[in-house]
Amino acid sequence: MSVPRFWRKQIARYNLVGTHCQKCDEYFYPPRNMCPACRREGEIEDFKFSGKGEVMTFTVIHTAAEGFENQTPYVLGIIKLEEGPSLTSQIVCDSKEAYIGMKVSPVFRKLGQDGEQGMIYYGTKFVPENARN
Amino acid sequence: MRDVAIIGVKNTKFGEQWDRSFRDLVVEAGVGAVGDAGVVGEKIDSMFVGNMSGGQFVEQEHIGALIADYSGLAKDIHVPSTRVEAACASGGLALRQGIYAVASGMDDIVIAAGAEKMTDVPSAKASSALAAAADREWEGIMGATFPGLYAMIAKMHMHKYGTTSEQLASVAVKNHHNGQHNPIAQYKSQITIESVLKSIMVADPLHIFDCSPITDGASAVVLAPADIAHEFTDTPIYVKATAQASDTIALHDRRDITTLDAAVAAGKRAYQMAKMEPKNIDLAEVHDCFTIAEICAIEDLGFAKKGEGGIMTMNGETEIGAKIPINTSGGLKSCGHPVGATGVKQAIEIVQQLRGEAGKRQVDGAEVGMTHNVGGSGATAVVHIFSRDR
Ligand SMILES: [Zn+2]
Repeated sequence: MSVPRFWRKQIARYNLVGTHCQKCDEYFYPPRNMCPACRREGEIEDFKFSGKGEVMTFTVIHTAAEGFENQTPYVLGIIKLEEGPSLTSQIVCDSKEAYIGMKVSPVFRKLGQDGEQGMIYYGTKFVPENARN
Repeated sequence: MRDVAIIGVKNTKFGEQWDRSFRDLVVEAGVGAVGDAGVVGEKIDSMFVGNMSGGQFVEQEHIGALIADYSGLAKDIHVPSTRVEAACASGGLALRQGIYAVASGMDDIVIAAGAEKMTDVPSAKASSALAAAADREWEGIMGATFPGLYAMIAKMHMHKYGTTSEQLASVAVKNHHNGQHNPIAQYKSQITIESVLKSIMVADPLHIFDCSPITDGASAVVLAPADIAHEFTDTPIYVKATAQASDTIALHDRRDITTLDAAVAAGKRAYQMAKMEPKNIDLAEVHDCFTIAEICAIEDLGFAKKGEGGIMTMNGETEIGAKIPINTSGGLKSCGHPVGATGVKQAIEIVQQLRGEAGKRQVDGAEVGMTHNVGGSGATAVVHIFSRDR
């Protein structure tokens, strides 16, 4: 992904900053600048999520996406945050340890890199709640 | 609005075609379909070409004009040609645009085609191109792959409904069984539940035999107003419904990730337009890019109760000759999945079935068939219903 394309979303990725619609009280992560429910009537503000969440579903990826080859097998999940929205992220744990309903909390981690010399992407991954990094 | 009929069809062979180029494939399909319809070039009013990612797979954009040119429809007669893109639903959507053109009365004879040449790049590059059908900024960046997204659907389906790996595998076994009788199919070898479960794990719980392959292929149909269809063929197949729906691009934003709401919505609209119900459908070609996708599809289209798609497949109710034959062609699993072509190829299978030309795959007395073509993890769904009777 290009540097500017990544850069624009850096705050959201680093700090789990999404958005909240004051009109309908829905929370969004990834952030949206238009409320999909209220559309133009919505009132969007930034919102920092606590990061507390639960694994809604997951998979263990053995055949990696391009650039993730060194990480296999890795656990990818959909995490439901306690404020409501869901997001896709890696879960840093043993692949046998993950289960649906597992409580997780966020950690700041390297996500990937453009080749050997390229830009390094950082962002939020999740760990089992009782595991401290 | 005018009634529309399909008057000609042609698939190329599906598979790894190292010796053939993107344009070779589309021209073979297009010329074949035009020949099947007995139409001459000057009669063609417009064409629509479904293609997901020529830019990434063959580094060629401007596909519409390219195909018109190499089909001999650009010079002198200057037939308008439009590329249509909706990821793996590109073909279904090209067909839908063609139907619009004829139904509106703007055009009479229209070609709807779909094509993809996926093996000109290494498979890692192909996977990366396919991943562009999901949300690159919020799924792809986390290491999500297409099998990974469908694996998460499968995991949830298993958790909620008790669907098993054996039930998933039974989809692949059935589709390979059907595909052995399809001359265009990429894989004609037979597999068993055991061999699926023993094949390497791509994204838990999906094994490699749960996944459709990377494939080259093209498909084309010729459309005409129903009123004049008999001038070209004794067996026109009528379009009873065309429907499309959208959903969130990212899987994580769905209401319920085990239900493809876009497919449900497109299905409902199609049933309404055709004034039909699931029980009126004699057979369906559904988007089995992964085995779990077929299970979701038969639930979303109303052929199985929610959560019972796996059991129903395992019990053989979706085999040829059973309650509702699904993917008589062999599906994406056995035929292969040249992403832009798939939606058109599905329609061709239904046409061949309704014409009674499906050979050993023939569903006895088939009169009404449905196609279900999905883009991404369910952000686009296109559903068509075809009938032998107008
Ligand atoms: Zn709102």
